[in-house]
Order: sequence, then structure tokens, then C-alpha cells
Amino acid sequence: MRALSPYVAVVSARYRIILQYRAAAFAGFVTQLFWGAVRLMILAAFYAAATGPQPMNMAEVVAYIWLGQALLGMLPWNTDADFKEQVASGGVAYDLLRPLDLYGYWFARTLAFRTASTILRAVPMVVFAMLLLPVLGLAEWALPVPSLPALAGFIAAIAAAALLSTAVTVLAHITMLWTLSGEGVDRILPSFVTVLSGMVIPLPLFPAWLQPFLEWQPFRGLCDVPYRIYSGNIPAAEAGAEIALTLVWTAVIIWFGRLLLARGVRRLVVQGG
Amino acid sequence: MSQIEVRGLAKVFRVAERRAGLAGAFRGLVSRRHREVHALAGIDFDIDRGELVGYIGPNGAGKSTTIKILAGILTPSAGTCTVDGLTPWRDRRQHAARIGVVFGQRTQLWWDLPVIESFELLQRIYRIPEPVFQRNRDRMVALLRLAPLLDTPVRQLSLGQRMRADLAAALLHEPSLLFLDEPTIGLDAASKLAMRDFIRTLNRDKAVTVLLTTHDMADIEALCDRIMVIGGGRILTDGGIDQLRLRVGNERVLTVDFADQGSAEALARELTGSGILDVQVSGLRARIGFDAGALAPATLIARVTAAFEVRDLFVEHPPIERTVAELYAAHGQGEP
Repeated sequence: MRALSPYVAVVSARYRIILQYRAAAFAGFVTQLFWGAVRLMILAAFYAAATGPQPMNMAEVVAYIWLGQALLGMLPWNTDADFKEQVASGGVAYDLLRPLDLYGYWFARTLAFRTASTILRAVPMVVFAMLLLPVLGLAEWALPVPSLPALAGFIAAIAAAALLSTAVTVLAHITMLWTLSGEGVDRILPSFVTVLSGMVIPLPLFPAWLQPFLEWQPFRGLCDVPYRIYSGNIPAAEAGAEIALTLVWTAVIIWFGRLLLARGVRRLVVQGG
Repeated sequence: MSQIEVRGLAKVFRVAERRAGLAGAFRGLVSRRHREVHALAGIDFDIDRGELVGYIGPNGAGKSTTIKILAGILTPSAGTCTVDGLTPWRDRRQHAARIGVVFGQRTQLWWDLPVIESFELLQRIYRIPEPVFQRNRDRMVALLRLAPLLDTPVRQLSLGQRMRADLAAALLHEPSLLFLDEPTIGLDAASKLAMRDFIRTLNRDKAVTVLLTTHDMADIEALCDRIMVIGGGRILTDGGIDQLRLRVGNERVLTVDFADQGSAEALARELTGSGILDVQVSGLRARIGFDAGALAPATLIARVTAAFEVRDLFVEHPPIERTVAELYAAHGQGEP
């Protein structure tokens, strides 16, 4: 624990900074609420018109959508504006003045960036979708209460998803050592992250021939795995293997990120900041 | 053994050159011309523990490059450098834990955090034991008068306040070596004096080695026993302030206050001859530049007081800015 202490401190400091932005969190909550309702209605319309059996039942789809809305901010769909500012001003070189492992330092910062604002938005969303909707007589559209094993599996899977998302975001940050602006990655990332994670359409609803690819690609661990564990669509018995796959992908992306960062730093210290 | 040993340190940057015009821009897409910039052309120096060294030179002379290499965030092209036996860029993390760095132009504090929380974060990052941290924090807060600022987010501090907080932040982990890169830039007179006092105290009481770069010669005169002047990537002079003055000759300035306007003007007309460089009169005061090698100060004073009614007079060195500017010019340095 002692070895991790500086990195934990970095995470907690970033949390304190980000948690100041309550108004942004509220605006995010309202937007995501609206989009959640739209997505639910579209999928409900498809289900009403569908003739054959579907790979997910409607209750599972409802859970998938609400969890997606609650945890949208945790997708690695953008880069940290603070970090961008630092790259633009040449400040990244000064992170080397700290007696820290640079990758670990950036990972800690990014983990806080990825999760702090998400928690601010997720809590009201869950309260609304789980507790308030039934009171309003919309129980059919409410986020169901999970079984205990499903909840335990979900918590483990969402923790793995946070690490995976952070690793991808750090990788995006590292590319800025070459591009010097986050514009490019900020445009590219959301287009495939949102589709491949299941945020746009739940992955089981894609055509059968795409399924083998979708099952093995890394972004699935961000949404599809935790949300389906929550609803029981992935049985608790299989959850362990799914989470393990997410962690393997996370390890691969961290390894690649470290490699890339080592090259980037060499370039930085050779060519100057 | 010296604390810092630098031998043959060189740094070459490759800079892509742009060709002029639209046609040039298109050609640049295919083949890039590179130009080599020798930021450091092989420098040597030693700095002993507890020294307070001023490091000066015109813009672009290689000051920042040197500091960045010594701090471990830049790798040199050639040469060696050890600080307390460590090679900064190779043993970066270990080295970073032992040095403190303050850049006047940028803060290392967390913009959105109150000062005290930045300090606490640094405590964790540098793994400073609690009693050591408390002792250093309290000492810094007292010496730099930070008490009223501790709960203020860094972004709301004035420049002078921010510099004080930055200086404290760089010293919480008790570095034995402190790099100060233009620490007084943009500060008002009172803040500058306070900053100098603090640096002097730190150097004297804690034997912290300080390497100071600045464009403010008053900083240098007030603080440094030793001055290294760099220009064009080479060390031009290295020594005490008197040695620096010797490099550019024996010029002195005699300032005389007369009892009446006529005497000052008469003096400006009459005072000529070997050793006199220039005479400027404003009101009742005359400033006589002369070469102390060709004309002894006592002789000049005797001549002036014999011929006119003098109220007051004193001899001084020309301002150090002039000395340094002449040194730069002699080496073809300085910005065109």
C-alpha cells in the first residue's frame, strides 16, 4: 500500500477538483435522461414490431439502456481537457520532475478524470430510474433491482471496466506526445468506442455473423459485460470468465501504453519540451 | 567531490526548416531540410555543496537547456553530468526526489486546489514523513508569510503570492539542491526583496545549493558569490562579480553634485584628456565615466575639487547590466 500512496493521493486530489463541478453534472444528468428515454422508445418500437424471439428480453434491454445512461461518462470517448492544455503549453515535460513512475502518475490522474464526474451523474440517474419511475407508475420502464450474485458480479465487472476505460484514455493521452493536440483522437475515439462497447445498440442485437468478433474485442468489457451481468443475461457462473477477459485486455493496453510512453518520453527528452 | 560535475555537456537540436512561400511549403511536404542548433557546445563546470551560483546569459544562450538537463528532463547529445553521484536523466526518479525546481514562468502547484492541499499532495508524492512535513511546512509558512493564503485556490493568487507558494512547494521535501529559473520575474519591488532575503537565508542556514538564472542583475548582485555567464552555448566567464567586471575593463563612474549650475556646465566643457570616457550633466549633477587604469580616481577627484565648488561626490562601478551587455556584445551574443 505504501508504494501506491502517491498515486492514491493523486486520484483523491483530482476527485476533489472534479467534484466541484456540480452544475455540469446536473446538466449531464438531464441530457442523459432525455437520451435514455429516446433510446428506450426506439428499442421498444423495434421489439413491438419484431416477429421472432430476440437474444435479450425487454427487461434486460431496459437495464442495459439505463446503466448505459448512468455510466456514459466512464466510456473512453474523450481526453482530459487539463491534459490537453498541459501538452499545448509544454507542461508535460515537467511531470518528469516528480519522483514518480510517469505512466502510473498519468494513470492515476486519468482514473480520477474517468470516474469522478461519472459518479456525480450515475447516482441521480440510478435513483431516478430505479426508485422514481416505479412511483410514477412506469415500473415497466424502470431499472430493475438486481439479484445479489448479479450485483456482486456487476460491481466487479464495472471496476474492471473503469480500469480498461482508463487504460484506453491514457493511451489516447500518450498519442498527444506526437500529435500535440487532442483534436484527432477526440474525433476518432467516440465513433468506435460507443458502437463496439454496446452504448449505441446492445451488442447481442447485432447480426449473428458479427457476434464472434464482437465477443472478443476489448471494448465490450466497457458496457456489454457489466450491464448483462447486472440483468442476468450473462449468468453469474459465467461472469468470472468475462471479467477475466476484460482484465486481460486491460493488461495488454497498459503494456502497449507503457511501451508507447517510453518512446514518447525518449523523444521528448531528446528533442526538448 | 563537487556536488555537481559537468564535463563537455553538449546539446544539439534538430529543427525542421520551413521554406518560404507556397511552393516552399509544398516542397517541405516531400523533403524536409533540417538545421542543427547547438544549444550547448560543450560546457564544463563544478558546483560545490552550499554554493549560490548565478547563471546568466542572453535569451537563447542555453540557460534553460542546462537547467533542464541538470533537472533530468532533457538528455544531452554528448558529455557527462553527475549530481550527488547520480546522472539526472538516467536516474530520473531518484534524482527528482532530491532536487527542488522553481520556474518563474509556470507553477507546479495544482491550479484548482487550495495551497495547503497542494502541499499535502506533494507530501504524498515525495513520501515525506509526517513530522518532517509538518516542520518544513510550518517553517515555510512562517518565512514566506503564507498563513493567510493556505486555503486559497492557486488560481486566485497574485503572481507574488504564487511565487512564494511555489518556492515553499519546491522545498517541502528538503532538497539539497535548488534550481531557480527566473524566480523574480514580474514581481513588484517588495516581493523581489522578500524573495532574495528568503533565498539568502535558505542558502546560509540550510546550506542548500542554489543555481539561479535571471535577467535581473540586481538579483545577481544581491545574492551570488559566483556568476557563470553563458553565451552561444559556451561558458564565457565563471567567477566572482569583481572578476566579471575586470573582463570588460576598468571603467568607473564619478558622480559629482555641484553647488551651482554653472560649475556643472563648465566642467562638461573643460574636463577632457586621457582616461575620460564621457561626461553627462543633468541639473546640478554630473556623471563622469573614466578608465581607472589610465586615470587614478584620486587624481580625477583632486582635479574636480580644485576647480569647482563641490557639494558631494562618489565613485562607483558602472551598472552590472552594462558590464554584462558589453560581455555579450564582445562575444557576438544577444538578440539581433
